[in-house]
Amino acid sequence: MSMDRSVLFNIGLLLALLLVVLALPEYHQGNFARIMVLACFACAYNISFGYTGLLSLGHAMFFSAGLYGVGLTVQLLEFPSEIGFLFGIVCGLVLAVAVGLLALRTTGVSFMIVTLMFSQAFFLTVLLFGEFTRGDEGFVISQDKRTFLGIDLSSDDTRLIVSWVLISLCVLGCQVVVRSRLGKVLVAIRENEERTQMLGFNVFRAKLSALAISGAMAALAGGAYSLLFGYVGATFASVQYSIFPLLWVLLGGTGTLIGPLIGTALMFYLIDISSEFTTAYMLVAGIVLVLLTLYVPEGIVGTIRRRLAPWIQ
Amino acid sequence: MPLLEAHGLIKSFGGLRATDTVDLAVEPGTVHALIGPNGAGKSTLVNLLSGRILPDAGRIVLQGQDISKAPAYRRVQMGIAYTFQITSVFPNMTIEANVELAAMARHKARDAMAQAVDHALETVGLSDRRQQLAGDLAYGHQRLLEIALGIVQKPSLLILDEPTQGLGDAEVQWFVDLLKSLRSETTLLLIEHNMDVVMAVADTITVLQFGRVLASGDPESIQSNAAVQSAYLGG
Repeated sequence: MSMDRSVLFNIGLLLALLLVVLALPEYHQGNFARIMVLACFACAYNISFGYTGLLSLGHAMFFSAGLYGVGLTVQLLEFPSEIGFLFGIVCGLVLAVAVGLLALRTTGVSFMIVTLMFSQAFFLTVLLFGEFTRGDEGFVISQDKRTFLGIDLSSDDTRLIVSWVLISLCVLGCQVVVRSRLGKVLVAIRENEERTQMLGFNVFRAKLSALAISGAMAALAGGAYSLLFGYVGATFASVQYSIFPLLWVLLGGTGTLIGPLIGTALMFYLIDISSEFTTAYMLVAGIVLVLLTLYVPEGIVGTIRRRLAPWIQ
Repeated sequence: MPLLEAHGLIKSFGGLRATDTVDLAVEPGTVHALIGPNGAGKSTLVNLLSGRILPDAGRIVLQGQDISKAPAYRRVQMGIAYTFQITSVFPNMTIEANVELAAMARHKARDAMAQAVDHALETVGLSDRRQQLAGDLAYGHQRLLEIALGIVQKPSLLILDEPTQGLGDAEVQWFVDLLKSLRSETTLLLIEHNMDVVMAVADTITVLQFGRVLASGDPESIQSNAAVQSAYLGG
């Protein structure tokens, strides 16, 4: 990848983020560790939604495929965390390809419904096997199992650094994808699918690749979440966690590399602050979504890109 | 050997036979025009040839290879480029990015790609507008971009679906010259309403009516064909 200003811009922002989070008080550091891992999930969603135009309502299943793929193997089967982590990513990848082979036969609203149904089926499966998954209540990964390559992931400081490394890898990884031949075809599909096909591109295969990358990255986020925070629960497989990444990406800027991270952070604090005042914090999220669609359809980074810096990727 | 052959193509929509046992042979290095009144089945026929829809029966052969079952994108890879009747470009990308994308499907090497892009833009006369957004272009220029997307792929057959539709007289004349200049590069299958354009550029004309081939031959024989005159040219 050539080091032009779009790459440098992202690296600069990521370094600035590191300095800021290191200087934050402890409570906010805890928040940011979560935000950065969830932002990896948002980046994953952005590959399929933002760059390819595939509006999925089923990404919770990919996130939780990683969450449970890692959690169950590490806690119940006593896999080493490194093996469990890889297994979790493979779970997300395989699930995304399997779902994609079927769901990508549809487009638009049908695609939304089909992915939602698959995801709900996954959620119900998690509840069905409550004996192992402990359903909604979830289970804890014991602290001794949460070491990765000799690093203790349960300490606050390492958690912060590891989440920062993960989000940096995801943002820059997405940049590599976006700049590749595949990435250009994905954007072309988003802009004009019929034309892309009539230029000689295998549109189905490209969309399946996008979903596979997205599913694997979502699973990476889920797997990392289970090891870093030591908790695995069915809430993460519920429809709410399919809608969250959509909100994060919309707020930050669809089809921008850094947008998902910014959107995740803002939404996290919006809900964090509003839940101090009301239990209807999802209502706040809903209102934000409506206002966004009406007034800032391109999201924060998308708007900055259009107005000030067209070179942002 | 013809470049592209169709044998007994049939396509029905509901009860309507839009394409009714059509045989067609496009010779390499020629401009082959498809004409016919509205609803004669011209668009259905080119959609069958380009693979956007599949026939109920019949065979399509490209350079001796049966492509009847090949999906549209494969046919494009095999050398059939297609330009849309209703302009279909990437409005949010620059002209250059549009043409590069089209070139990317065909050319792997960076140099070959850049060269093909330059050549295509020069041929259609859009070289000085490379950085303009495709969506900001005037309609006539979008039609030109549409053709550039086709020729940058160095196709063996370029299908042009009503390229002069909606253009003014001066622009149409420009297009006629462009089409003539393309003859040296590729074989053209031209669907066209404007008879002046057809007569000016076509080597072979196939006339369709009610989904069937009414006549096929060189421009003179078509002009003097009594059946064609009564059906289409208005006597």
